[in-house]
Amino acid sequence: MTPTGADTRELTYLGAFNEGLRQVMREDSDVFVAGEDVGVAGGVFGAYAGIADEFGERRAVDTPISEQAIVGLGIGAAVVGLRPVVDLMFMDFVLVAMDQIANQAAKLKYMFGGTAQLPLTIVTAGGAGLSAAAQHSQSLEAILGHIPGLKVVMPSTPYDMKGLTVSCLRDNNPTVLVIHKRMFGHKGGVPEEIYEVPLGVARVARPGSDVTIVSYSRMTDESLKAAELLSNDGVECEVIDLRTVSPLDIDTVVQSVMKTSRVIVVHEAVRFGGLGAEIAAQIQELAFDHLDASVGRVGAPYSPVPFSPALESCYVPDAEQIMLAVRKTIES
Amino acid sequence: MPLTDELLRDIHRRMVRIRLFEQAAGRLFEGSKIPGFIHLYVGQEAVAAGVCVALGPGDQISSTHRGHGHLVARGGDLRRMMAELMGKATGYCHGKGGSMHICDLDLNMLGANGIVGGGVPIAVGAGFANAYRSDGRVSVVFFGDGATNIGAFHEAANMAAALRLPVVFVCENNEYAEYTRRDQTMAITDVVERAAAYGMPGSIVDGMDAVAIYEAAIEGLERARRGEGPTFVECKTYRYYNHHGVQTLGAKYRSDEEVESARQRDAIDRHEKRLIEGGVMTAEGLQVVREQIQAEVDDAVQFGEDSPMPDPSTLLDDVYSLPKGEVL
Repeated sequence: MTPTGADTRELTYLGAFNEGLRQVMREDSDVFVAGEDVGVAGGVFGAYAGIADEFGERRAVDTPISEQAIVGLGIGAAVVGLRPVVDLMFMDFVLVAMDQIANQAAKLKYMFGGTAQLPLTIVTAGGAGLSAAAQHSQSLEAILGHIPGLKVVMPSTPYDMKGLTVSCLRDNNPTVLVIHKRMFGHKGGVPEEIYEVPLGVARVARPGSDVTIVSYSRMTDESLKAAELLSNDGVECEVIDLRTVSPLDIDTVVQSVMKTSRVIVVHEAVRFGGLGAEIAAQIQELAFDHLDASVGRVGAPYSPVPFSPALESCYVPDAEQIMLAVRKTIES
Repeated sequence: MPLTDELLRDIHRRMVRIRLFEQAAGRLFEGSKIPGFIHLYVGQEAVAAGVCVALGPGDQISSTHRGHGHLVARGGDLRRMMAELMGKATGYCHGKGGSMHICDLDLNMLGANGIVGGGVPIAVGAGFANAYRSDGRVSVVFFGDGATNIGAFHEAANMAAALRLPVVFVCENNEYAEYTRRDQTMAITDVVERAAAYGMPGSIVDGMDAVAIYEAAIEGLERARRGEGPTFVECKTYRYYNHHGVQTLGAKYRSDEEVESARQRDAIDRHEKRLIEGGVMTAEGLQVVREQIQAEVDDAVQFGEDSPMPDPSTLLDDVYSLPKGEVL
């Protein structure tokens, strides 16, 4: 299961998804993909390129533009034993299908007293930065993570993308795999063999002793950038990439905080009511005595995502904002 | 499946089983033995019975908030049903679901549903799985007239038709969306007209005639098994009780005369008359069936009452499925 690394080569973030999906589809004929344009066209972002060619249109199903019915199709197929991957294109469209996701998929097993199992993966592209404006740019993981029964997975590297994709598809629960739109072409080392990155296990993306930066998805990159720049000033940040926001690996966070005593949480989603609030609350519940400063938070302002590049670049948190927050926590 | 005497008796037993179960549930609800909400199926028995008697064991059904009748008609265990309605540990869902989420996946009953129209896309998904596996199974979805005003219904109907999935859409038009008359919520008289918009053949049947429903169901099932896609069956039926609870008469939203008139068309009375006139059963024979089923219902009530409440330690069980061999 753990890759040896011998066959590692460079793949893009999106290519890593595609490879993980293909490899699971090869080993399990119960896995199929369904959604708008995922068949012949290979997905609007190319995430499904070649899937219909390799597996046929039976296993790469083009559907009508019907988000509720797409998710429902996945639920119904999963509850009778298939392992569907349904694509919702933009994370914003999760809201269009929210009854099926939150009231049906997330709760089915529980409501049915454990008799049902729902191996359903919902794939969607989140995040801002492409001037896609307010309805095609959101980061809604806090809304999804708030619903018991869903697993919310947000990879930040090609390596994790492939391993987490495999884990989502092999999991017996509804998982939401959020692909960040601004990372499609990011390259990184990915082993050729099939492997899992376990859901609910964070990784230390950069070790450090002075301040902990907790992040996930694309903000991990910005946090690493900030950490490098701060290192020049002699501040060593430990960057934790949560990888999945639900289940949340708070243990890895707390361990780091016990070492550094200072922590900020960084996400691209709106700061108000975001996951940073939950993580900050858990840190102070679990490690209050270890803290030398209040938990800092970096997130988007309380506003829809703006269209104009001039506005959007102010909206999305970046390394500079993260550095400011780190400095603030050191000074306090 | 020919319309044999045994089939006619089977339909009868299923209808009586639903009615006596629902009447008992109503009494328990009135006596505060059943917590929460209860949406009873009394009046509509012919639909569940007529459709379910036509199904093969592998066919799936999906249900609604008014879902007890569908599970009873599918052969559900009355003990586990009654226990679930009472929130007991021995219930179908171990007390986690209750009336609105009752299910039996072993019987391919994919669940009642607390969201109007919410089960329709899921049923289409089961239909997709049947087509994917080419296993000849059909997914049957029950829903009310009110559910066809919900977007999910339209998305799912279109999807089923576009992908030619083996699904039978069974609309139980009981003339009311909760407490609002159908003609106030849609500008058409026959819900089946909506099927035409999706290129789905449909028919209207007397929802108080279990045999007519059976025949329409068979037609839809056969069509689905031939790979010709979904069919829509509109059953004109009537709900004797309120949307919620057991009140029948004295409601503001409908007249007592209307209720009485619907009861004159009662599906069980009509079917019993057919059985007697056809020489299939005698009045005494019918009485024996009622008594047998009443005893089964009484036993289920007793089982429910005697069953323990779920242990609080089970509260967090089954939020997630675990990989084999793992515990939380």
